[in-house]
Amino acid sequence: MRDASPKPLVQVTDLKMHFPIYSGIFRRHSGDVKAVDGVSFDIQAGETLGLVGESGCGKSTVGRALLRLYEITAGKVVIDGEDVASLPPEALRKKRPTMQMVFQDPQASLNPRMTLARIISEPLDEHTDWNDARKLERVYELMDAVGLNRRFANRFPHEFSGGQRQRIGIARALALNPKFIVCDEPIAALDVSIQAQVVNLLEDLQERFGLTYLFISHDLSMVRHIADRVAVMYLGKIAELSPRDALYSLPLHPYAEALLSAVNEPDPVRAATRKRIILKGDVPSPANPPLGCNFSTRCPRVFDRCRVEDPALRQVEPGRFVACHLYDQQTAAGPTGAPEVNERNQQGELQ
Amino acid sequence: MTDAAMPKPVSQNRAIWQQFRSHKGAVFGLIVLGLLILFVLIGPLVWVPEKLKVAEAIRLKNQGPSLRFPLGTDQLGRDMLSRMMLAGRISLAVGLVAMLIAIVFGTLIGVVAGYYRRFEGPLMRLTDMFLALPLIPLLLVLVMLFRDRIASVIGPELGAFALIVFAIGITSWMATARIVRGEVLTLKEREYVLAARSIGARPRRIILRHILPNVVSPVMVAATLGVAEAIITESVLSFLGLGFPPDFPTWGRLLFDGLQYMQVYPERVIWPGLAISLTVLSVNYIGDGLRDALDPRIRGR
Repeated sequence: MRDASPKPLVQVTDLKMHFPIYSGIFRRHSGDVKAVDGVSFDIQAGETLGLVGESGCGKSTVGRALLRLYEITAGKVVIDGEDVASLPPEALRKKRPTMQMVFQDPQASLNPRMTLARIISEPLDEHTDWNDARKLERVYELMDAVGLNRRFANRFPHEFSGGQRQRIGIARALALNPKFIVCDEPIAALDVSIQAQVVNLLEDLQERFGLTYLFISHDLSMVRHIADRVAVMYLGKIAELSPRDALYSLPLHPYAEALLSAVNEPDPVRAATRKRIILKGDVPSPANPPLGCNFSTRCPRVFDRCRVEDPALRQVEPGRFVACHLYDQQTAAGPTGAPEVNERNQQGELQ
Repeated sequence: MTDAAMPKPVSQNRAIWQQFRSHKGAVFGLIVLGLLILFVLIGPLVWVPEKLKVAEAIRLKNQGPSLRFPLGTDQLGRDMLSRMMLAGRISLAVGLVAMLIAIVFGTLIGVVAGYYRRFEGPLMRLTDMFLALPLIPLLLVLVMLFRDRIASVIGPELGAFALIVFAIGITSWMATARIVRGEVLTLKEREYVLAARSIGARPRRIILRHILPNVVSPVMVAATLGVAEAIITESVLSFLGLGFPPDFPTWGRLLFDGLQYMQVYPERVIWPGLAISLTVLSVNYIGDGLRDALDPRIRGR
């Protein structure tokens, strides 16, 4: 990932987030849930990185760990030149305005006992010493920016619809002019008709304020719409990280391929002919991941090496990173290894 | 739209008061409690009982209600009305202050135990310990050990009051602490608390702004029940001779004094019993109304 010439806004290196398990009468530390296990990526300023994967694969944990809402187990998270993971508390507090979050459930992310004006001005209370009039002016500005009527300022969250609540959450995240926003499934709890509105709003805001997003979602078509590059996660690791168009036209990692084959095809002719890859079995427990590749238990193209050796995320084509031994051999094994690999590939495609 | 048309964010006090007023029970409770407080504060100034000689008093004992003694007299010929008023002062004060102590202490322990993980173990074990203690013996020991010492410093009446209020408060905070801790544990995982953390709010701010306002409902319920409990515990202590000095009337003591004559003179039990019940009922309704008024989701309707 060293190919990018300008310095990326967000650089994540080998991020690990393990949650300890305590068991027995003495609450002994008996293992870890490896929610995120060695994730590396970076995000350029002004870019949107989509993060997709099935439930429980650690997407949200990555988002929260990036903002240090969890104390991470290992790794570095450099945002705008500072390692957030190791900042002391007061420096971290000063750093918070540059990175903000939009939450999944707009109902749960707004305090039911605070008015809209107080919710949006909360970041201002924390980080500015402005007087009330100036804060109110800023609140009105933000409400305009996200398309909320100024008359709503004194209302409470329960008086709004889901889409409006999500706008409130976005306004709050914008209050301190952040550079980087983690959108943690911001549209998952909304009606389909509202989802597009919110996504378009996020895009508009990105254009106007030059924001950088990490867009976490399990909605693959939405990610296709908004993201520039997409990372596919499986069981705490990144399986593939590719530019959007390349990924959606030809996914390289078998898991990405299976995942994308599940996207609904609006064209009925193509829908009739499309091939769905249905994975067998369940996702292994992150407390006890399989030896070797995490996906080896369900991979349709698994071979012996996958079960013993964990594949690293490598660049296989310019800008495309895949953690899979299939491609690893292709690039690293040289001419002598190549025929064998091709054979494997053909077998995989015939299946 | 012009800026002039914008309503300024107003304080919520008016909205809270309006919702409170629309709760019939709460208004009724407020009026009844207000009347009771007037009765015990202003009453003794208006109704001055006649001074009787001992021989007269003994002749006039156990009288029924009459114009001379509106609520009758007790077994020593003392005017029940004036005793009810004086007793009410102490009972109401004990009930409200002991409840306040219990609620403040219980909420403090509950919030700290719920929010800060490292304090949870020690504080909740302390709560369990207090729950396991047999209360009456503990109160007896407390009163026995400290009554005279405190009385010598701040006088017998105030001393007894302080001791009893403290004793009741310190032995009735546990339920509140447990309820609040449970509530805080769920609240602190809510996304709006997470949002506040991602903004960089300090723990104190998060607790004051996001956690405490949302534990108001259970605390309010515990508080209103606590008043009744405190008044009754005080009467138990008085009954055991460990509360206020014997010549000091409280509603609980009047109740127990009247208990032995209940079959002959039932009104002697009815008056203090009625006063305690009315207090408890009105405080309950006020608490109910306040809880609704403080919740914007209910307030809107």
